[in-house]
Amino acid sequence: MGALDTLRLTAREAKKLLVDGEVSAAELTKAYLDQIAAVEDRVHAYILVTADNAAKYSTKVDREMQAMRGPLAGLPIAIKDNMVTEGVTTTCASRILGNYMPVYTATAVRQLWDDHVVMLGKTNLDEFAMGSSTENSSVQTTRNPWDLATVPGGSSGGSAAAVAAGEALWALGSDTGGSIRQPAALCGIVGMKPTYGLVSRYGLIAFASSLDQIGPLTRSVYDCALLLRHIGGKDPRDTTSVESPEAVELPSAERLDGLRVGIPREYLAAGIEPGVRARFDATIARVEELGGTWVEVSLPHTEYALSAYYIIAPAEASANLARFDGVRYGHRAADADDLITMYERTRGEGFGAEVKRRIMIGTYALSAGYYDAYYGRAQRVRTLVRRDFDTVFEQVDLVASPTSPTVAFGVGSRTDDPLAMYMSDICTLPVNLAGLPAISIPCGLSGGLPVGFQLIGPAFSENRILDAAHALEAAIGFEPAPAFRDSSAGPEPGEGGSATVAAAGAPS
Amino acid sequence: MSAAAILQGKSGAWEPVIGLEVHVELDTATKMFCGCAVTKGDAPNMHTCPVCLAHPGALPVVNRRAVEYATRIALALNCTVRPRNVFHRKNYFYPDLPKAYQISQFDEPLALDGWFEYWSGGEKLRCRVNRVHMEEDAAKLVHAGGEAGRIAGSEYSVVDFNRGGTPLIEIVSEPDILSPAAARDFLQQLRDLVIELGVSECTMEEGQVRWDANISVRPAGSAGLGTRTELKNMNSFRYLQQALESELPRQVDVLEAGGMIDQETLHFDPTTGTTTPLRSKEEAHDYRYFPEPDLVPLVMDPAWVEEVRAGLPELPGARIARLSEQYGLSRADAVVLGGAGVLARFYEEVVARGVDAKLAANWTMGEYLAHLNAAGLEPGHGHVTAERLAALVRLVAEGTVSTSAAKDVFAKMIAERAEPAAIVETHGLGQISDGAKLEAVVADVVAGNPAQVEQYRGGKPQVIGFLVGQVMTATGGRANPKLVNELLRKTLDG
Repeated sequence: MGALDTLRLTAREAKKLLVDGEVSAAELTKAYLDQIAAVEDRVHAYILVTADNAAKYSTKVDREMQAMRGPLAGLPIAIKDNMVTEGVTTTCASRILGNYMPVYTATAVRQLWDDHVVMLGKTNLDEFAMGSSTENSSVQTTRNPWDLATVPGGSSGGSAAAVAAGEALWALGSDTGGSIRQPAALCGIVGMKPTYGLVSRYGLIAFASSLDQIGPLTRSVYDCALLLRHIGGKDPRDTTSVESPEAVELPSAERLDGLRVGIPREYLAAGIEPGVRARFDATIARVEELGGTWVEVSLPHTEYALSAYYIIAPAEASANLARFDGVRYGHRAADADDLITMYERTRGEGFGAEVKRRIMIGTYALSAGYYDAYYGRAQRVRTLVRRDFDTVFEQVDLVASPTSPTVAFGVGSRTDDPLAMYMSDICTLPVNLAGLPAISIPCGLSGGLPVGFQLIGPAFSENRILDAAHALEAAIGFEPAPAFRDSSAGPEPGEGGSATVAAAGAPS
Repeated sequence: MSAAAILQGKSGAWEPVIGLEVHVELDTATKMFCGCAVTKGDAPNMHTCPVCLAHPGALPVVNRRAVEYATRIALALNCTVRPRNVFHRKNYFYPDLPKAYQISQFDEPLALDGWFEYWSGGEKLRCRVNRVHMEEDAAKLVHAGGEAGRIAGSEYSVVDFNRGGTPLIEIVSEPDILSPAAARDFLQQLRDLVIELGVSECTMEEGQVRWDANISVRPAGSAGLGTRTELKNMNSFRYLQQALESELPRQVDVLEAGGMIDQETLHFDPTTGTTTPLRSKEEAHDYRYFPEPDLVPLVMDPAWVEEVRAGLPELPGARIARLSEQYGLSRADAVVLGGAGVLARFYEEVVARGVDAKLAANWTMGEYLAHLNAAGLEPGHGHVTAERLAALVRLVAEGTVSTSAAKDVFAKMIAERAEPAAIVETHGLGQISDGAKLEAVVADVVAGNPAQVEQYRGGKPQVIGFLVGQVMTATGGRANPKLVNELLRKTLDG
């Protein structure tokens, strides 16, 4: 076996190496553990690396290859630390969970364990998945491997950075308003939020129940489909989960003939960086080259989506996070003389600023006398946002947009400005409000940092999205080569490593 | 709606207005939103899981059987089962509520707009039912180190989550109840109905039935509603009546003194027999209801609802009419016997043994019911089985025992747990219908009371009553009165 290039190796390739006997599961796992050892002190992607368990289990897979055969057997994975894992601490990057040791395993993770994947560890996130930069972690700030002075995005920033840095073959994240797609975009990898209900939420520590969805972060579109195939389906423990009308297929499309893509003018109106816009336009040109067409469409309620989201998500969060009261598990404040004091101190000490902010907003929005004005109205906006998409999907097959208006921003540059941080999700969160599937694929670099291209489809159109993304991915030829540079430490090197794309025929 | 219990104040007459919110724990095998067993009396926290302990990431799944049971109650209360109903989160912090919200129903409950007919003071009353909704019970707090399990002064509290998540039904009445006695009758008969529906044993000691009472008064005969107070979390019929009898005059006094009733929550203290307001701070709840995003709305298949309706047992109204018709009972008797299914079933088991239906009714409503009440037993329980009561009724009907002796036999059936015939035998309580035996006694009585014999023969036939009495006394009440009469006349007239 030659040295494995964990920065480039896809799960598809890794599987072939395993099947062909070129590499053992133990060697594969060791390659990732070695890379973790090499770069983790700069990236800080993991909250917990389960190195011993991973090494042991990969050896067991090798030994029991006959019994443990399967499409994912022996492939190492990283799990966002908001999915509970029996016997492995789960923190949500929050002090309030303390050293919480789950007594059960999230359904999606359980499905992977049953398929004999090797868990490398639990990845960092914004506390309770609330954030767009992974800076709201009580544990550490994860860095973007493309530029260590920038954020990886969030909230699945640990999973995205781990995959981008070659510290994981692939990873699971969760997406409430863009928390898979935005960090995937900022880290130059593929990330997908499936249709709401496609993947069980059982064992996903809830942020906003009606918006949360687990999904893959991978190095290729093919890998994305492969992973999604193994985490979906109706779960009797999650009544909001559903069986997809069609199984997720492994994509093979190379052309986009006949595909109609809609570009919502409202998504391009607000604050898209010129470099991001250029890469987006170039990618749209690729769509045409591959036989697709594009048309401008309108999602007129987009401007209200952000407001509605920041009512609904905090409202649900305010109730979801109420269970962290110090009574049964997790952190409990010491020396409280009475119940109310215990509650107040526990929660005061346990939650970080952004979580507290959202609990307060959500509690306020649900209070007597304000419910109709806030929560009630936000739900009506949500319906309108959904109808906008319904209307557009009568005209087009998929909707395209930049995933994030900007490339990775500097660590600390937005932490004092929550509203600017919330704007990071303007192109992604309407998708959660509408419960739709969407993917982000890398479409080039701007200023040396990756740009993400988002494709949104109707409910359960995962196969259509994956096919289109697969064809585009090949045409774009993105080169995943994060440099682990630190722009804050010295002069910035020139842009490199990307497939530069001509901007001809780009929409205005 | 009548029979208001008028409260006579200084300024005039007032009438009570009472509405009830009744909680019933359902006897499903498992909890409302998880697979843990619903049990009583097991060691604390044996029946728990990530869902009912509210571990991170756990999600609720609705118990289908609980929905069926709730639907049964809703239909029996003549409610309209809504085609789509929604669970809401009711948010508040307390250690017995692990999620810090209770999954309940709010503005889209299971069922609306029904009524319940019940009997009070010999009158049939109808109380409108506002709604029936589903929710989950809280866990049980145990306060240790203080006075008699109360929170005040306790050293610490522990939580038993076995009960947490038990399916709970809330039945909300309209304020149609106009007397403390009617409130009690409503609750007792509602409990009987729920038991009969087979959805809960409604054990009082276990708190399987609990209720809140909303209480106000208004000038007698007027239609409006006064400001109400709420008596929370009661599970004793007796305490309810005591609490109402204390609270209602208090409200009249306040209003007649020109005061206003504070809308507040009251606690009844059984030791003093009075109500005291809970501190208002404890009541400053804003529950911030919003639709439970972890559960999809329940869409009720109309065919399934009809299936549930078809499976309902005979309900009290229909049963009372049937008993009256089938056994020729008076309306009043049918109400007593048919109000509760368990008693009706017992009565019909007695009759099924071929005894006279009216005589059986008298014994069931009389000695038997008195015995149940005295012993605190449910119909069908205890040593007086339907078989034995039927045997006793037959002995009376056949003249083997006199009615007065039969009451003695009944008492001995309880004390000695024996068959009536055996008791009659052992204690010699059988009626003496042996002519030869009685002739001797009659001869003695005639010989011993010459004055009365003289009067009889002199044209005062009513004196025979005295002589019959003498024979009965001499036989310890066992002589067959009819035969004694005949023998006396034969002797005196002959």
